[in-house]
Amino acid sequence: MPWLHWGVIAIVLPLAGAMSCFLWPRRAIPLGLVTALGIVTCVAGLGWQLVEQGAQRYAVGGWGAPLGIDLYADGLSLLMLMATAAVGLGVSIYSIGYFNREKARYFWPLWMFLWAALNALFLSADIFNLYVTLELLGLAAVALVALAGGAEALTGAMRYLLVSLLGSLFYLLGVALLYHSFGSVDIAILAARVESSPAVWAAVGLISAGLLLKTALFPLHFWLPSTHASAPAPVSALLSALVVKASFYILLRLWLEIFPPTSAVLGQLLALLGATAVLWGGLQALRQTRLKMLIAYSTVAQLGYLFLAFPLASITGWTGALYMLLSHAVAKTAIFMAAGNILYFGGHDRIADLDRVVQRLPLTVTAFALAGASIMGLPPSGGFIAKWLLLEAAIRSGQWWWGGILILGGLLSAAWVFKVVGYAFTRSRAPHESRAVPVGMEWSALAMSMVAILLGLFASWPLALMEIGLPFGGKGAE
Amino acid sequence: MSWDTGMPLLVLASSLLPGLVIFFLPEERIVTRTTLNLAGATLKLALVGVMIWGALYGHHYETRLPILPGLDLVLRADPLSILFVALSSILWLVTTIYAIGYLEGSPNRSRFFGFFSLCVTATVGVALAGNLITFLLFYELLTLVTYPLIVHRGTEVARRAGRTYLIYTIAGGTLLLLGTVWLYTLAGSLDFTARGFLSGLGGAHHTALVIIFVLLIGGLGVKAALIPLHGWLPQAMVAPAPVSALLHAVAVVKAGAFGIMRVVYDVYGIQFAATLGVTLPLAIVAAVTIIYGSMRALFQDDLKRRLAFSTVSQVAYIVLGIAIVGPVATIGGLVHLVHQGVMKITLFFCAGNLAETLGIHKVSEMNGVGRRMPWTMAAFTIGTFGMIGAPPLAGFISKWYLGVGALDGGQGWVVFILAGSSLLNAGYFLPILYAAWFKAPPDSWPAERSFGRRETAWALLAPPVVTALLTLAAGLLASAPFSPLQWARFITTLEYAL
Repeated sequence: MPWLHWGVIAIVLPLAGAMSCFLWPRRAIPLGLVTALGIVTCVAGLGWQLVEQGAQRYAVGGWGAPLGIDLYADGLSLLMLMATAAVGLGVSIYSIGYFNREKARYFWPLWMFLWAALNALFLSADIFNLYVTLELLGLAAVALVALAGGAEALTGAMRYLLVSLLGSLFYLLGVALLYHSFGSVDIAILAARVESSPAVWAAVGLISAGLLLKTALFPLHFWLPSTHASAPAPVSALLSALVVKASFYILLRLWLEIFPPTSAVLGQLLALLGATAVLWGGLQALRQTRLKMLIAYSTVAQLGYLFLAFPLASITGWTGALYMLLSHAVAKTAIFMAAGNILYFGGHDRIADLDRVVQRLPLTVTAFALAGASIMGLPPSGGFIAKWLLLEAAIRSGQWWWGGILILGGLLSAAWVFKVVGYAFTRSRAPHESRAVPVGMEWSALAMSMVAILLGLFASWPLALMEIGLPFGGKGAE
Repeated sequence: MSWDTGMPLLVLASSLLPGLVIFFLPEERIVTRTTLNLAGATLKLALVGVMIWGALYGHHYETRLPILPGLDLVLRADPLSILFVALSSILWLVTTIYAIGYLEGSPNRSRFFGFFSLCVTATVGVALAGNLITFLLFYELLTLVTYPLIVHRGTEVARRAGRTYLIYTIAGGTLLLLGTVWLYTLAGSLDFTARGFLSGLGGAHHTALVIIFVLLIGGLGVKAALIPLHGWLPQAMVAPAPVSALLHAVAVVKAGAFGIMRVVYDVYGIQFAATLGVTLPLAIVAAVTIIYGSMRALFQDDLKRRLAFSTVSQVAYIVLGIAIVGPVATIGGLVHLVHQGVMKITLFFCAGNLAETLGIHKVSEMNGVGRRMPWTMAAFTIGTFGMIGAPPLAGFISKWYLGVGALDGGQGWVVFILAGSSLLNAGYFLPILYAAWFKAPPDSWPAERSFGRRETAWALLAPPVVTALLTLAAGLLASAPFSPLQWARFITTLEYAL
């Protein structure tokens, strides 16, 4: 099975990269970059195989479920892997300039480890493996948050660690219940055996609660803003773009495959929480005076959008949510990078004192504005396509009020994006010291934002990839 | 890709690519930047010329790129889009020359001209859009790329004006998006079609269609500055004069008015819209806007603000022409799209000249300015008489067709609106002319710059003179082939299947 080379390599390669970056810290940057390019190649290769042959299942070591470990790749996994690869490559290039030598020796091994955990998570075919990868992901992420040093970052990391462990614990309890009831942890086998029973409902509740805590859905978002804002900029980008999406991915996968079809009430509840997150996150973002805190609150809002697809339960709706996830990942990375540049340049991120950065860092402000256009859903951008699909699904299903939330959320995002851009044109009262930003950091931010725009012009390709293996064609589309 | 499918893309690229290159030019590369600007503008004009010529000989210029399953990005040259694209490419060339002269020596010109080119690209995209989603895309793009032009000066006032502009336009864009998606779920298509594509939908959908109409017109009415959505326009006056000229005559308000044309004629179809009973309310909104804008203009002492309220009023003429059912009124609305552009851009150029040369910003400072700047004020005079609707100028043609069309369509009350508005126009323009030509000039001007024997720089003087002559020509030569009037008649025959 040739495709498997690609899938397995995509997991093993970053692990090997993490080891070598750890063993040869002086060579960490070239080693990490080579690994990053290698992973991107693997994901491209996997994509090619999937396009040629459709969804793929592979038994590691030839054992197969229920005994061995299975990997499974369909359009949904592929999209997540691609988003990770795109963001990962951008962050890798960005962090060359961002971290000094001392920080770099810790950053690279941890980041490669995080990447391995993400890739493994998106390829796992059973819920226990998902638990393992989720735990690995959490540990790597916590360590990366602590990388900034200082009391603020350590407090943030500690809080994140506790939340992460608690979330995983809930998830694990749910997994245990399911295993006890049906004697398997394989998603496909569970899907065939699962039926409505109190134990299943308890499992659904535990799993959902754990994953929602990790995805930071309102009101479980309390930990996210301070953690994401205190981390170093490339790490903030990774957390907002990928790490919170990983737990969402698990929830989506289980929702589509395992959860009993009668969970319509739960769907409405999730969307209600999502809608509250959109409005609350947007309003809070608007109130912030610090740029990174603002962006972190916007992540809370954007995560809310993803949950609006649950009550719509149509292929268009799921596709829209997944497209939202993809374009938010790319755009938010660009925005955190731009914020990192501004912080690097002026030594602060107070919005009212941006002091004409539009002249002094034109590429960065352009990146911020373009990515912002995607976040608020203006055409042409990935965010617009996602919003269009979700709106269409909302109107077609007769639940137009979810569409209204999308519209309001877009307006709130527009308000904060342009608040920042507006201050980028004006002078601040007192002049500030500044230092030059490495060229690579400016250009990688711009490149990421260009990807967010291009996602709006060439949407048909990713949309076609999503359909491989019909991930949304099952129960979710009823 | 053949020439016919590539042509609309080339027309877009002729301003997009120079714009992108200009962003990266260092500030002091004046010659390169000017060359790029003028080359792009000239090339675009030439391409549009070729496109008009080709369209007459049966070429079908259309580009299609898939963006979503079942939805394409369509750029197409149909008669209506040619009307708008020709207007914007001619006026862009003129405005570019003017802007080069106007911004001489000021900071951040590369940024300015970069966004200036993007702004025209978006306008041309709006013009060439072949379906509602493509229109929406360029319409929103226009919002984004005009923002940096409005806040260009980087002052606190400019930032506030930019914020107001965005609050209005982003909210408008949202309404438009909502209407578009809803329409798509009902009709399954968004392609602009002469006489509309909705009349086949059953009576059960009519309420929804009326709501969608309100959403779409609400979204478009923001940029077209219809009452009560006009608040951003007078504030946006803080922008440099070429930007005001562009916003008022070519790009933003015109995109709104043009969008209303598309929705009424090519989405709903005028007859079907009349069946739904949405045209009369639209006409009333337009009529109220006409009178209100003129009333407000009467009391503005700031020259650019007076012109801004005049724009509010004049653009509503276009909407009025669209909303009256009947071919003659349609001709009036269509032709005023062009005429208003040419006349208003003249007035803004002149206002910019007064500000740049003499430091005059207020009407009360204009005493005797006609003697100091005779050419500028001559152009201004032609523009104002055109606005008032004096024959044989362009504005007269528009008003004549609107009036006759209103009587034809059984809407006699419109004639009173037109007459009242003309009186008001005269009321706020003629005192300016009187002061400028007949009152004694003051001992010194607020901030005078000397240009030797000429009244002002060439690049500032030539554009208003040219557009004033165009105003004259559009009126005098209205019956000549290829005049805006003849083209508007041609479009009308298609929209009414005459």
